[in-house]
Amino acid sequence: MRVELVRRGERSAAMAYLSPLLALLLTLIGGALIVIVWRLSTVDLSNPETGGFFGALQQGFVDYGRFLYVFFIEPLTELWSLEELVAKATPIILVAIGLSLCYLSNTWNIGAEGQIAVGAITGSILPIFFPDWHGPLMLPAMLVLGILGGMAYAAIPALLKIRFGTNEILTSLMLVYVAQLFLDYLARGPWRNPEGHNFPDSRPFDDGQLLPTLFGTNIRISLTFVFIAAFAAWFLMRWTKMGFQIKVLGQAPRAGAFAGFSQNRMVLLTFLISGALAGLAGICEVAGPIGQLRTSVSPGYGFTAIIVAFLGRLNPIGAIFAGFLLALSYLGGEGAQVALGMSDQTTRVFQGMLLFFVLACDSLIFYRLQIVRNPAMQTGTVSS
Amino acid sequence: MTALMLEGILLTIITAATPLLFASIGELVTERSGVLNLGVEGMMAMGAVIGFAVAHSTGNIALGVVGAIFAGMAMAALFGVVTLIFVANQVASGLALTLFGLGLSGLIGDAFVGVPGAGLARVSIPGLSDLPVIGLLFRLDPLTYLAVAITIAVSWFLFRTRGGLILRAVGDSHVSAHALGYSVIRVRFMAVLFGGACSGLAGAYLSLVYTPQWTQAMTAGRGWIALALVVFGTWLPGRVAVGALLFGGVSILQLHAQALGVGVPSQFLSALPYLTTVIVLVIISRNRALVRANTPAALGQSFVPDR
Repeated sequence: MRVELVRRGERSAAMAYLSPLLALLLTLIGGALIVIVWRLSTVDLSNPETGGFFGALQQGFVDYGRFLYVFFIEPLTELWSLEELVAKATPIILVAIGLSLCYLSNTWNIGAEGQIAVGAITGSILPIFFPDWHGPLMLPAMLVLGILGGMAYAAIPALLKIRFGTNEILTSLMLVYVAQLFLDYLARGPWRNPEGHNFPDSRPFDDGQLLPTLFGTNIRISLTFVFIAAFAAWFLMRWTKMGFQIKVLGQAPRAGAFAGFSQNRMVLLTFLISGALAGLAGICEVAGPIGQLRTSVSPGYGFTAIIVAFLGRLNPIGAIFAGFLLALSYLGGEGAQVALGMSDQTTRVFQGMLLFFVLACDSLIFYRLQIVRNPAMQTGTVSS
Repeated sequence: MTALMLEGILLTIITAATPLLFASIGELVTERSGVLNLGVEGMMAMGAVIGFAVAHSTGNIALGVVGAIFAGMAMAALFGVVTLIFVANQVASGLALTLFGLGLSGLIGDAFVGVPGAGLARVSIPGLSDLPVIGLLFRLDPLTYLAVAITIAVSWFLFRTRGGLILRAVGDSHVSAHALGYSVIRVRFMAVLFGGACSGLAGAYLSLVYTPQWTQAMTAGRGWIALALVVFGTWLPGRVAVGALLFGGVSILQLHAQALGVGVPSQFLSALPYLTTVIVLVIISRNRALVRANTPAALGQSFVPDR
């Protein structure tokens, strides 16, 4: 007996909505396994006081209950953690919207993490070289420079692909390491705050150089950029010829070529858009929650955004929901670290697992699972 | 420069090249079957942590190496199920494997941070190891010999055996191979598992020989460089081996330059291997005929057999 995929007559509309939920459910089951195995590994099973194997197993289930609570519920119960959730979701969603367009056109920008770093660097040029400038144009200029930096950095792998046919997956990823090292150099070297007691940070940005907060909370104005970007991307894909070109070139490159659409132009365009949004996310981090340039400005948001893009079905509106869920996993990981003493890597394990299940479940939109009984096994004879 | 210094530099180049060689030869076989597995970094990290954990708890390094092979294969099997059976996008699944592997290795390795490990003793081949300078090539650690042996074996298998011909046929045209009666999925699954085993070995080399200890994210992008090496070597084992030595040289150059106190910020030197990767990829990709001649034609394409 084995399981086979059989192509459906047409794509299943129900599975298109159900598959992310199914993936989430499977991730929760996988998470239970990991927490229980982790608990079993930390307890001395031969010690009768802890109840041996079954005692540890029971403890594992209790731990998983607490884990689910600190991971998914607790961050939603207090105002400060809700603000934190928004702060984490903002850069992730911004980047994911750009990446969705890339992946729809079958272009693979996986270097958003580096474009975030470069956006943070170029956006910080003004406040670092003109610390006394607080005029109303300061912040817009910083944002524009951040966006341009991200775009320029994303243009490198795109142009190399167009000009030389270089694999953009590898080049965009290699440039992540380069950007991070350059940021590290700036924060420790020439851009370090001379009055900062040798800490590897730039001078702290002050009023007029920081994004304003909304409604008296800690939520910053960058949240509105998320909605503007999502709406713009949705409009682009739904109503413009360019959106149509992206879809055609992604799903049927040959048909696109016959229609006269330029693959090269689309590679450059989608890289520029995703780079711009990543650069914006970068400067919004340093001019927002962080408030200065540091050796690292992102705990992997650029990679998390890849998961968000897929979980959100490569749809800008879907990216918003998926982005909040993944932001929750950052807070949940911190919670699990405090409450259960698990490693801070728990977040990444969950994120990786979730992406796996999302991708596998997506197949169910176009295929259905069929259980096939091996005829030879059924009759119990082997014909030769 | 004295012979001793030259030997020292040569030795560090070889030790830096070995993990790259393991990982890129494994990925070469996977890609030759038409599957692009971008999860090398994740499989390596798992190999490194499981290899260290097993070697530490049993006190037997050989068992650690075996554990690392199985860890790499388990990760590869996960990738194989998702991409070959559930026909998920290979690029995205590979990224998922990397994220998952890096995370899980961190979770498992939490208990081993700062624990000193025992390095693997070198093996001297009597008679040859006493030769000046090149004698060094005959007193390396056993895993380096294994890497060279695997490279030669893969080269022979791919181009001199029927199995290798089938593997390449599957990678070049899965439809034709299927029509001829070969099981595309089975061949690809085996190739993916082999890639996983090699990545596991690469990880074990890092945590048991290169720096005999476990640290978070100790793979440091080597899995990605190994992927680039496969392109650089135009899917040919011999060229991939040369590429591995070249990159071993670049990463060692950076260490020696730092030790000599060259007036360049350390971050710029650390960025060298990554920048070299980009430049090398550009140079090799410019020659489109050379790349196209050896690229598996069905690379990255999913296959669902008609029934």
